[in-house]
Amino acid sequence: MPSIPVSASSPPLLRAEGLVVHFHTRDGVVRAVDGVDFEVGRGETLGIVGESGSGKTISSLALLRLVPPPARIEAGRVLFEGEDLLALPETAMTRVRGRRISMIFQNPATSLNPILSVGAQLSEILVWHGMATKREAPERIAELLRLVGLTDPAARLRQYPHELSGGMRQRVGIARALLCDPSLVLADEPTTALDVTIQAQILDLLAELRARLGMSMVLVTHDMGVVARMADRITVMYAGRVCESGSARTIFHSPQHPYTRALLDSMPRLDRSYRSGGRQLLPAIAGRPPGLLNPPAGCRFAARCPEATAECRRVLPVQVAVGPDHMVACLRRGSQGMAA
Amino acid sequence: MSTAGPLLQVEKLSKHYSVGSRGLFRRSGGTIRAVDDVSFHLRVGETLGLVGESGCGKTTTARSILHLVQPTGGTVRFEGEDILPVFAAGARPDVLRIRSRLQYVFQDPTLALNPRWTIGETLREPLRIHWPGRRDQWEARIAELLGLVGLEPQHAWRYPHEFSGGQRQRVGIARALAVEPRLLILDEPVSSLDISVRAQILNLLVSLQQRLGLGYLYISHDLASVRFVSSHVAVMYLGKLVEMAEVDAIFARPRHHYTRALLSAIPVPDPDSTQPRIALQGEVPSALRRPAGCPFHPRCPAARTVCREVEPRLEEDEFGHRLACHNPA
Ligand SMILES: Nc1ncnc2c1ncn2[C@@H]1O[C@H](COP(=O)(O)OP(=O)(O)OP(=O)(O)O)[C@@H](O)[C@H]1O
Ligand SMILES: Nc1ncnc2c1ncn2[C@@H]1O[C@H](COP(=O)(O)OP(=O)(O)OP(=O)(O)O)[C@@H](O)[C@H]1O
Ligand code: SF4
Ligand code: SF4
Ligand SMILES: [Mg+2]
Ligand SMILES: [Mg+2]
Repeated sequence: MPSIPVSASSPPLLRAEGLVVHFHTRDGVVRAVDGVDFEVGRGETLGIVGESGSGKTISSLALLRLVPPPARIEAGRVLFEGEDLLALPETAMTRVRGRRISMIFQNPATSLNPILSVGAQLSEILVWHGMATKREAPERIAELLRLVGLTDPAARLRQYPHELSGGMRQRVGIARALLCDPSLVLADEPTTALDVTIQAQILDLLAELRARLGMSMVLVTHDMGVVARMADRITVMYAGRVCESGSARTIFHSPQHPYTRALLDSMPRLDRSYRSGGRQLLPAIAGRPPGLLNPPAGCRFAARCPEATAECRRVLPVQVAVGPDHMVACLRRGSQGMAA
Repeated sequence: MSTAGPLLQVEKLSKHYSVGSRGLFRRSGGTIRAVDDVSFHLRVGETLGLVGESGCGKTTTARSILHLVQPTGGTVRFEGEDILPVFAAGARPDVLRIRSRLQYVFQDPTLALNPRWTIGETLREPLRIHWPGRRDQWEARIAELLGLVGLEPQHAWRYPHEFSGGQRQRVGIARALAVEPRLLILDEPVSSLDISVRAQILNLLVSLQQRLGLGYLYISHDLASVRFVSSHVAVMYLGKLVEMAEVDAIFARPRHHYTRALLSAIPVPDPDSTQPRIALQGEVPSALRRPAGCPFHPRCPAARTVCREVEPRLEEDEFGHRLACHNPA
């Protein structure tokens, strides 16, 4: 089992170890998540970044055992407040979902129930989890709607999702996630569907709520700007594996993994001129991520990596600590390999 | 090259939609001024980045220029020719002559390609239409186009589903380049691509421009990519152009309060960033209920009384910086 440094102070709130999720399709096994480890400290925001298809969403759904068929969780442990969530009976899991761990989705338009008023759908959740009676619910909900910055909460309770703008719907989605005072919130691309000025409002709101309520958050995103703003620690994924994890500062200022470095270098930047002193090009990464149906043996990044050696095409690197709170999975950075 | 005459001159372009008493906008019939009195120039070798939030009228501007929707008013000169009447008259040789020089690249490469055609057939189509008399050159041109966008000659025999999104977008660009256009209108050409593939396509656009001297109208939400590809940037808000200037002036010294808020809202990839942020209250108003005066005044931190009453005109300073604001920063 790959080793994760146990932080000296307190154990993490959640720790995923050796997560493996495969899709069993007619064409074969898609190795969507293939041995993934990460941890979330108390009161901390972990950013999971990576490009489309790298396994961010499936990894976070696996924490709640919600992977969609034909996917199956094949291996791993999810240690949360002293229990392995992957070993709990399903009835116990239903008490974790939405209560101790809740979710904020990318598209609030599809994640809210269109035929129930805002009040009715939030009330249903509160009552189901035994957090309030039907009579008490409206008051608690109105308080939360105010907390997420919706004016006139009493009127909002009677409105239906389609009567709200995108930004307002996402505020309702956040209120829903906070209903039962969860200790962990999983937010999958919570602002990707929104315009940037609305995104900024929602990110401000999430940061403020986190500071106020002391909850932990897993923020899944492909936007490096969003993760730089929000995350304390970052896990970088590529093709179903973790490349690198560490504090946000470490990942942005001293990344070690060749993929992390290349990715950060290749992004155009808002704060940089590309015309002064001659036309400049971007240091792009050639090629594209491998398919996960029959992923190559060895390091998943080998085909595009400027530092790859013959060994990299044979041996699968696992994460090792290269500094305090900094783990890298690269054979050229001291990783041990797992024979493929 | 940038001293040449304008490639594209858009003057007072407007596209209004009247929404009746039926359907989606049942309670509030009225007029959506999707594009309203928009004017700009674009020279050979230049890229104008057109930015603004969802629904501000970027795509409608592009489609109006190409007469894919019929503009409500305004003129479009392309290489000096007044083209909207030509499109409206619809004489095929005239329309083809313009279309061959003025091409559109769609946002989603998957929707834009015919799934039953090989890439070769896809690239042959514009040649059949525009170069019927040069049949002997078709195959060589297809190979050349594939090379131009970084694909292999044997890719001509493959179908779209055998390609990645980035490769399909390359095919879309190759098809647009087939008959040697002078101007490409690119509507969100990289939004559907993986982050590690975006840089490849952005570099491709810049190198093609340098080699072929093309003009681009580049529409995107992704302002970092706009900074990279553009020589000039135009900012739209609720159908209006509110600011336009050289790219580095827009990004380093934005003067319209909407531009400033828009830029400051974008999170920069640096956890130690001390970038000041201008928090905007409220959301973009519906295009149906555009505020009077400056359309941005309900959200503007610098609004004055005059802003609520008088619509500011887009005026140009001595450096060519165009701005519509009563109280600029
Ligand atoms: N229904 C499915 N059948 C087969 N494979 C699937 C299916 N759904 C997802 N996958 C695979 O799972 C992998 C991980 O998907 P996931 O949704 O976790 O990616 P992601 O990192 O969240 O990407 P995005 O940024 O696009 O949301 C994908 O590469 C894909 O190959
Ligand atoms: N056929 C139509 N009928 C009525 N209104 C329309 C029509 N097409 C576009 N609109 C409206 O015109 C406005 C501008 O739309 P447009 O698609 O040009 O925006 P955009 O800037 O391209 O947005 P996005 O960034 O989301 O692509 C919007 O308010 C839209 O609702
Ligand atoms: S293990 Fe090898 S191929 Fe993989 S990132 Fe490190 S050097 Fe590159
Ligand atoms: S005209 Fe007035 S309201 Fe509009 S941007 Fe300028 S200062 Fe703000
Ligand atoms: Mg996802
Ligand atoms: Mg558009």
